[in-house]
Amino acid sequence: MIEKIKQYRFLFEELVKRDFKKKYKRTVLGVLWSLLAPLLHVLVLMVVFVKFFGRTQDHFIIYIFSGTLIMSMFTESTQGCMRALMANSSILTKINVPKYLFLMSKTFQSFINFLLTMIIFFVFCICDKIQFGFHMLTLIYPIITFVVFCFGVGMILSALYVFFRDIEYLYGVFLTILNYVSAIFYPIDLFGKYQFIFHANPVYVYIDYFRTVVIDVEIPSLALHGLCAFYAVVVCLIGYWIYKKCDHEFLYYL
Amino acid sequence: MAVVECKNVSIRYKTGDLKAIGLKEYLAKKITGKYEVSEFWADRDITFSLERGDMLGVVGTNGAGKSTLLKAITGIMIPTEGSVKTEGKVAALLELASGFDPELTVRENTYLRGALLGYTKEFINKKYDEIIAFAELEEFQGHMFKQLSSGMKSRIAFSIACLVEPDILILDEVLSVGDEGFKDKSGRRIKEILSNGVTGILVSHSIEQVRNLCNKVLWLDHGRQIAFGPTKQICNAYCGYLYTPKARRWLPKNEQEVEEASKRFFMAWYLGEKENRSHLSPIGESTALRYERLLLQVDSLSKEEKEELQKEIDNR
Repeated sequence: MIEKIKQYRFLFEELVKRDFKKKYKRTVLGVLWSLLAPLLHVLVLMVVFVKFFGRTQDHFIIYIFSGTLIMSMFTESTQGCMRALMANSSILTKINVPKYLFLMSKTFQSFINFLLTMIIFFVFCICDKIQFGFHMLTLIYPIITFVVFCFGVGMILSALYVFFRDIEYLYGVFLTILNYVSAIFYPIDLFGKYQFIFHANPVYVYIDYFRTVVIDVEIPSLALHGLCAFYAVVVCLIGYWIYKKCDHEFLYYL
Repeated sequence: MAVVECKNVSIRYKTGDLKAIGLKEYLAKKITGKYEVSEFWADRDITFSLERGDMLGVVGTNGAGKSTLLKAITGIMIPTEGSVKTEGKVAALLELASGFDPELTVRENTYLRGALLGYTKEFINKKYDEIIAFAELEEFQGHMFKQLSSGMKSRIAFSIACLVEPDILILDEVLSVGDEGFKDKSGRRIKEILSNGVTGILVSHSIEQVRNLCNKVLWLDHGRQIAFGPTKQICNAYCGYLYTPKARRWLPKNEQEVEEASKRFFMAWYLGEKENRSHLSPIGESTALRYERLLLQVDSLSKEEKEELQKEIDNR
């Protein structure tokens, strides 16, 4: 058992290393580029909504940034996971290794990127005179549950992608829609008493947690904590069930 | 105690509409009832068992289901019907050169492949120099994998894979890797592994190799098990089958027919040998034609003459 864990840890490390080297092509600028993309995204949104639409809500930049921070991690990791099995098909059809390790590696890679983007996020927070304190530590909770959630969604998508190749395009459309319904660049007060519907969207739940802590300087309600864990556990269970059921079916389609 | 035991193993591939039609098309076809799946049995009712120290050769023409059977034994695939039981650690050397990453260096690929094969970090750290030396790639360690020649790729793949000390070793056409010098070296390495009481399974199109290395042979044809038994008999029967022109080929249906086919082949072969010694062999005659002529010669012998020939063979 311990031998097995040790062995898989080594494989996990090697997969992460491989994915990193391939992504950044061994350049220092490569890492910077991946930080530049979310930064530019935020700046564009800021110009559009603050200058053109004249939104003057408090800390509106941070409001937008916390949304794109979560959304870009979700997009990157789930799309990466979706393609992971197909991309490694030449290995999977010849060597008997646990398939979920390839997804873990992709999720981990996105997570590192997420942490790097968070540094910029905090720089923005300082510039925007956000109040820092120990309450910030609670952010660890949504981060952990969110990463687990991304992994779970990745599992489901990767399985679907093996069976149906056009999922790639359908999911692209879905992500665009998700981007609009996750209240990234508009406040949900506009929806009055129907606000609660937003919490049916897991991505929004994690964004909400971030905003509550960073902008409102509050520890979120117990219900929000529950939702964070609930979504993460549910998608992981579904993903686990699919893998349990189809693990050996995948091979016929790869 | 059997180390490898296959009982009525059948493996079904699904073909037809299923692959790559996409979700939209799938739903549309499901609704209109036009969704069709056809089946294809790559292996059907394969039954055999191997003891410790056995070396099994799997022979058969292309598409006989050899590689699929190996995948079931390594555990990559689960048989649709029947069961595969293995005792101990299985190491498989299947189509070695694929699955490496072209963008990574030789060193990085070595570590990655090692990890995939289930080695520990310490183990590879310790064995790394040995691997590179065996593959003769000392000068290429920092090169990207895509810069290597295909021979070099196979060499490094073999070197990593053969480090293992498995209980069951599975080889799929891997002994014909690299140049002559390396082939010789890899052959010796395999024999060294096998000499430690390892159970082996070898898929090869070289009957010579099977005769040299194996003590048991499994003959497959279009997924069906034609014969399983001692090397000499089955290799002879299989050779006889191969040398016969396609239109007149026939597959033995039971053990007795295998034995007969084997005897017939060997007699023809023996007559051919005799012919060659007396320098009467017509030059330029193709193998198939020659074999047919020799078979006719065998068949025209009377019963007594046949028995005499058999005696002659047995006395050799």
